[in-house]
Amino acid sequence: MWDYTEKVKELFLHPKNAGEIKDPDAVGEIGNIVCGDALKLTLKIDKKTEKILDAKFQTFGCASAIASSSALTEIIKGKTVDEALKVTNDDIAQYLHGLPREKMHCSVMGQEALAAALAGYRGAKIPEPEEGEIVCKCFGVTDRKIRRTIKENRLKSVEDVTNFTKAGGGCGECAPEIEKILKEVWAGKADEKALKPGKKLTNIRKIALIQDIVEKEIRPGLQAHGGGVELIDVDADRVIVSLRGMCTDCLMADVTIKEIEKKLRELVSEKLTVEAE
Amino acid sequence: MKVIYLDNNATTKVADEAVEAMLPYHGSLYGNPSSMHTFGGQVHAKIEHAREAVAKLINADPSEMIFTSCGTESDNTAIMSALQSDPEKKHVITTRVEHPAVLNFCKTLARRGYDVTFLPVDKSGRLDLDELSSAITDNTAVVSIMYANNETGVIFPVKEIAEIVKSRGILLHTDAVQAVSKIPLDVKKLPVDMISVSGHKIHAAKGVGALYVRKGTRFSPYLIGGHQEKSRRAGTENVASIAGFGKACELAEQYLREEHAKTRLLRDRLEQGLLQSCPDARINGDRENRLPNTTNISFEYVEGEAILLRLNEDNICASSGSACTSGSLEPSHVLRAMGVPFTAIHGSIRFSLSRYNTDEDIDIVLDRVPKIIKELRELSPYGR
Repeated sequence: MWDYTEKVKELFLHPKNAGEIKDPDAVGEIGNIVCGDALKLTLKIDKKTEKILDAKFQTFGCASAIASSSALTEIIKGKTVDEALKVTNDDIAQYLHGLPREKMHCSVMGQEALAAALAGYRGAKIPEPEEGEIVCKCFGVTDRKIRRTIKENRLKSVEDVTNFTKAGGGCGECAPEIEKILKEVWAGKADEKALKPGKKLTNIRKIALIQDIVEKEIRPGLQAHGGGVELIDVDADRVIVSLRGMCTDCLMADVTIKEIEKKLRELVSEKLTVEAE
Repeated sequence: MKVIYLDNNATTKVADEAVEAMLPYHGSLYGNPSSMHTFGGQVHAKIEHAREAVAKLINADPSEMIFTSCGTESDNTAIMSALQSDPEKKHVITTRVEHPAVLNFCKTLARRGYDVTFLPVDKSGRLDLDELSSAITDNTAVVSIMYANNETGVIFPVKEIAEIVKSRGILLHTDAVQAVSKIPLDVKKLPVDMISVSGHKIHAAKGVGALYVRKGTRFSPYLIGGHQEKSRRAGTENVASIAGFGKACELAEQYLREEHAKTRLLRDRLEQGLLQSCPDARINGDRENRLPNTTNISFEYVEGEAILLRLNEDNICASSGSACTSGSLEPSHVLRAMGVPFTAIHGSIRFSLSRYNTDEDIDIVLDRVPKIIKELRELSPYGR
């Protein structure tokens, strides 16, 4: 049994603004029936003031998808297009007094439909939700959507990516790929570029990348156990580090060095070797 | 407001008679059945009495029944015992549509280095017995195939399966948690080595199951400790639940024929009624070989969780194979193995009946469901 708030139940059982506006000024369609949820948002917008006069939704999906869609329409009615552009998926979740973590993707769907509708209204090319490479074949989720959602909601685990985008929730085969995307996103922008095959790393980029990974990816894990690590030098493909804190006298220090090497090889270059100072 | 309970493959109402049989062991009769004194001894006698009733339901000898804590424990024990009694053999055969108690256990075995064959099913949820035959190798230690599917009610031809598996001299386990008490099961006519049974699926309380182990089968215990259950399952017995389980088996035996006919009639009326009143609905699973109490219906263009929560408002209990109800966003593995389109899995609802359901229950469901489906379809962009 999902732990829905009273607000979710209320908007599910008695949804507001259900239906379709005839002759709408903006339309946003997201999702599809195979994925298990889909939303069609129609808006009436005052041309002069750019105020959203009316908003209606049609949703195929679970209780929280219906409630999220209804909440979205309530939030944006009366707002200007500029104001509505600032609405995030978190605003929708908050309007509902929270959503179960596993259901956050419903609020993401609402925000996406809104973005699509407003982009269309502004005459911009409607952002193709399917653009990018499909990562999750079960639900047709692209790497672009996964990256954006990871950044916007500061997601750290594959489980959370599934909760927010549904990617990985079907057969689960793409979990390693999602894990890889997570690493890329959090290893910083330089890393993202560096990982593109065939891109040669300059020395400065390589050192910056190693520094970044040591600080963001490796050190926090060691600090959790009272240890630490400093980057001392990078000499061609030799990476010299110094273990700190509890790591200094740890019997597992060699293993730790190997782990650091594994991580740097994976994220920077296969050629790297890591040694302790 | 009365609860209309149509989720009996999940769990069942504890029969009043079973509750009554349990009460003394939750109260004054708290003795340990392993004790030497009369105070404990009388509790031991009750367990043996219950064992006779459970054995009788499947025509087994009481000495062939081991009490466990649940169907899952029975399943895990059976497979592990088979592997340990012939440690040289590292191959297990099961199906893609098993209950997680077998499926996930076998997936774990695969991760631990065992070779596991997961047999596919066709679009009606049926097995191809030739495929079973050809999957068996000299390395096969055990075949574990469920008797009846919990989601669709589809019954596997366990007798034919047994003939194939036993002719190759391999151990056969069947998870009969959903089948026992719903259809007759006779171990004298069914050459299966091990059978899992669960109490709470047949109107006993939760926390008790049983494993039938045919006389002469090599057995290796899963829980190691005291000498309970003739050293085949350690741990002080859940006396109250066992007492209730015994009573529930007596009732099942008594009602089997009548219950069979009655739930089938109600189920068929429900199924026909829904198919007639709801356009774009379909039945999942082989309708020929199916438990009399189960129907799994897909309503296209609507999502299962939404249907369940609307039903919940009317105190109607059912379940769904939809991804949104699974807790892991994973749509039903059973319906996927059958190749049911995702669109139909999302809108799948399982109604499972018991002897406590009435004509009135079905009337109410037949009145409510078409309205709910219609309303949800009106909300949906795919509605018509």
